[in-house]
Amino acid sequence: MKAFAALLERLAFTPARNAKLQILQHYLERTPDPDRGYAFAALTGDLKLRAVTPGLLRGLAAQRFDEVLFALSYDFVGDLAETIALIWEGEPGGELSITEAVRLLETTGKAGLPAAIAGVLDRLGPSERLAFLKLATGNLRIGLSARLARTALAQMGAPTLDEIEEVWHGLKPPYPEIFAWVEGGPRPDRAALAPFRPVMLSTPIDLDELRALDPATHVAEWKWDGIRVQAVSDGGVRRLYSRTGEDISGAFPDLVAEMTWEGTVDGELLVRSQGGVASFNELQQRLNRKTVSRALLASHPAGLRVYDLLIWNGEDLRPRPLTDRRAVLETADFRSDRIDVSPLLPFATWDDLAALRAEPPDPVIEGVMIKRRDAPYVGGRPRGPWFKWKRDPRVVDAVLIYAQRGHGKRSGYYSDFTFGVWAGDTLVPVGKAYFGFTDEELRELDRFVRANTTERFGPVRALAPRLVVEVAFEGVNRSARHRSGVALRFPRISRIRWDKPVAEADRLDTLEAMIDAPNVFDAEAARAGVRHGRTKRRGGASGPPEEMGASRPLDGAEAPSPPAGYLGKEE
Amino acid sequence: MRADDFLYPTEAGLYCPAGDFFIDPVRPVPRALITHGHGDHARAGHGAVMATRQTLDIMAIRYGEEFTATRQVADGPVSVGGVEVSFHPAGHILGSAQIRLACAGGPVITVSGDYCRTPNPVCAPWEPVPCDIFVTEATFGLPVFKHPDPGAETRKLLSSMAEFPDRPHLVGAYALGKAQRVIALLRQAGHDAPIHLHGSAQRLSDYHLAEGVPLGELRPATTPKALEGQVVIAPPSAFASPWVQRFRDPVICFASGWMAVRARARQRGVELPLVISDHVDWPQLTQTLSELRPSEVWVTHGAEEALVRWCELNQLRARPLRLVGYEDEEE
Repeated sequence: MKAFAALLERLAFTPARNAKLQILQHYLERTPDPDRGYAFAALTGDLKLRAVTPGLLRGLAAQRFDEVLFALSYDFVGDLAETIALIWEGEPGGELSITEAVRLLETTGKAGLPAAIAGVLDRLGPSERLAFLKLATGNLRIGLSARLARTALAQMGAPTLDEIEEVWHGLKPPYPEIFAWVEGGPRPDRAALAPFRPVMLSTPIDLDELRALDPATHVAEWKWDGIRVQAVSDGGVRRLYSRTGEDISGAFPDLVAEMTWEGTVDGELLVRSQGGVASFNELQQRLNRKTVSRALLASHPAGLRVYDLLIWNGEDLRPRPLTDRRAVLETADFRSDRIDVSPLLPFATWDDLAALRAEPPDPVIEGVMIKRRDAPYVGGRPRGPWFKWKRDPRVVDAVLIYAQRGHGKRSGYYSDFTFGVWAGDTLVPVGKAYFGFTDEELRELDRFVRANTTERFGPVRALAPRLVVEVAFEGVNRSARHRSGVALRFPRISRIRWDKPVAEADRLDTLEAMIDAPNVFDAEAARAGVRHGRTKRRGGASGPPEEMGASRPLDGAEAPSPPAGYLGKEE
Repeated sequence: MRADDFLYPTEAGLYCPAGDFFIDPVRPVPRALITHGHGDHARAGHGAVMATRQTLDIMAIRYGEEFTATRQVADGPVSVGGVEVSFHPAGHILGSAQIRLACAGGPVITVSGDYCRTPNPVCAPWEPVPCDIFVTEATFGLPVFKHPDPGAETRKLLSSMAEFPDRPHLVGAYALGKAQRVIALLRQAGHDAPIHLHGSAQRLSDYHLAEGVPLGELRPATTPKALEGQVVIAPPSAFASPWVQRFRDPVICFASGWMAVRARARQRGVELPLVISDHVDWPQLTQTLSELRPSEVWVTHGAEEALVRWCELNQLRARPLRLVGYEDEEE
């Protein structure tokens, strides 16, 4: 438990992705089985223990400590498990491995749980007490996705991340076969039916770069604005995976019920609406749920638009060229009116395709995909066979209102910005951005922040409203969690408007009009002020970074990273 | 004489009318007794100051030789206007002292100042000073504060340096006391490479060296190229200044008792919290009260509510003085 506690503590305070990876990898290399497997499962949320409730913890505290002293302590610390871990008076020196801790929590009945937990706390030091309580409450909150954890595994040995993900499903904690494999042992047999296969991803491209390619050797199709999924139906077992291999079947029973064929299918998960496709905003209502109500199933029915076939009726099509796979796809019978095939676009030249991209027939299209005809289906993000040519981002002129210091390579620089737009005569925050600017611009922004600070809250500074930035983003969602009622998707700073008076920054109405609005071509939205950004800016300002861990959002370490099962909408 | 007439709080600080002096006054007064050199206790501009030789030296380094009109080294018991005054080690920082006051027909009062009972390589250890009234701080006066072994915290820093040999480790530590303690702890743990210092800690560290505190080789943190993989000690305020920008991908560390609480470490944007404190923690605080068993406890600053509650539960008379002006920033 000592090593696990040290790992948790270090990960909790380490914002940078690569540093997290290194810390986890070293832990896994130095820790024996089965401890490391249980630790791994605990980090990725795959350890299904009966959760110890806050009520149980409060009861433990009430038995041992003066009520007033405990209340004053809890008030200061702010976290129940942490307060108990700190205040507990034990005789540290006992050792309890994470494996023993897991077994104890698995085998102890409800009635015996409080005494068992108190008994463990009595034996451990404060960091281990906290680690144990976090394990017991199932709330580690260290911001590490399952994919990032598996990346650390891939760094330990020869198997690649894709190979690991392919065998992952069906294996259970503490994963001894996986650790044996990355340390040179045999590749584990796939244990379960309907496994996840690594998804093929694309790289961004623009018109200039496309001109170097031969249109005749490529096909194109719409890029739908839903969730990229892999639907697998294998010997009666059906699973729906996100593109990172999270099993999301539970949230979409309506679609899973329709998967009556045999195969592994690559497609876009969409919500249907009146014969067409509903916006991403509507789809969001269905995400990150363990169960779905009947009303939601009826109002937001899920469907699948198929891009590709990996396996069909027992045949692995992945090594065959796209043209062959497409031929099978077009004759495939999905036996469901909720599942259809993404059509190919007719074009002879790249300018033809540019014209189609400029006027998509459906608002739920976020660009075009361009794929080489002779390419096999390869997991990962190979550069060359598949490209995404996304629609131009939307932009809004906003005012910087808060800035937070960055970490790692940005230590000492104010690099994470909260920006707002006008609602009446006040500025309401509408988002946070921490990339999109050059290193030189970062230095200029840093100087601006230092010279225009009005208040400080730890690493955050409130700013005098003096600087307008052009913020590019992919869309606007309605959000109950933000005071402004809107949330931007992938906001980044596309231009610093040193020249623009703050009074001329955009208003909240402008963003509200973009909610659900079809892209620029909707006349009403255009009138309301929806505008296009410039196509591309040096240094990849037009797209989100590959991994969001490079820096961190403004919430900082306080903000939990996406919970397990979070569906990254990035592809 | 009643205790309340012997020593009582005023806006300027604790005042003893019999001797006509203040203890650690927060504004200029004619006569001041100073427990230790931290800025919120030792201010410039008094008419006369009595303190330990080291505290007087430290005040001169910080404020210049003109920090007071006259000064007197506290050396053995002396009589100040009929009040017997003596200074006793507090174990907090170099030169720190508790002040014992006694007068004929009155109670014995010990004003602890800030104190610490964990052995500290940079200063003399705390000594119990029996008294009728014990005036104590309560900076970490909550039962959640149980400071870990500083040696173990130092090993955390060393193991992070081994984990990330290419990243400079910037350790936030206040320029007086904590900076030198962290350096001395690193030396005790076997780290003998040169340690780099932010300019604001330079003169005070030189003074510790002159006083015989073994800090090893110290270098100014001015040549960034030479710093990679090394330890740099700086006041936490430097992390908010452009000074940090010279370091490539640093690990931000902070040595403070507050780092025991995660939310505090997060507020500071710290990547490696080190729980190293120069104050008594809860067990030491309550142990001290149990051992001294004064007839009354006065709590100057910190979490006085919790400490007064503990005293109630343990049949000790206690009351908060609610002194203002002592921030916890020096921790």
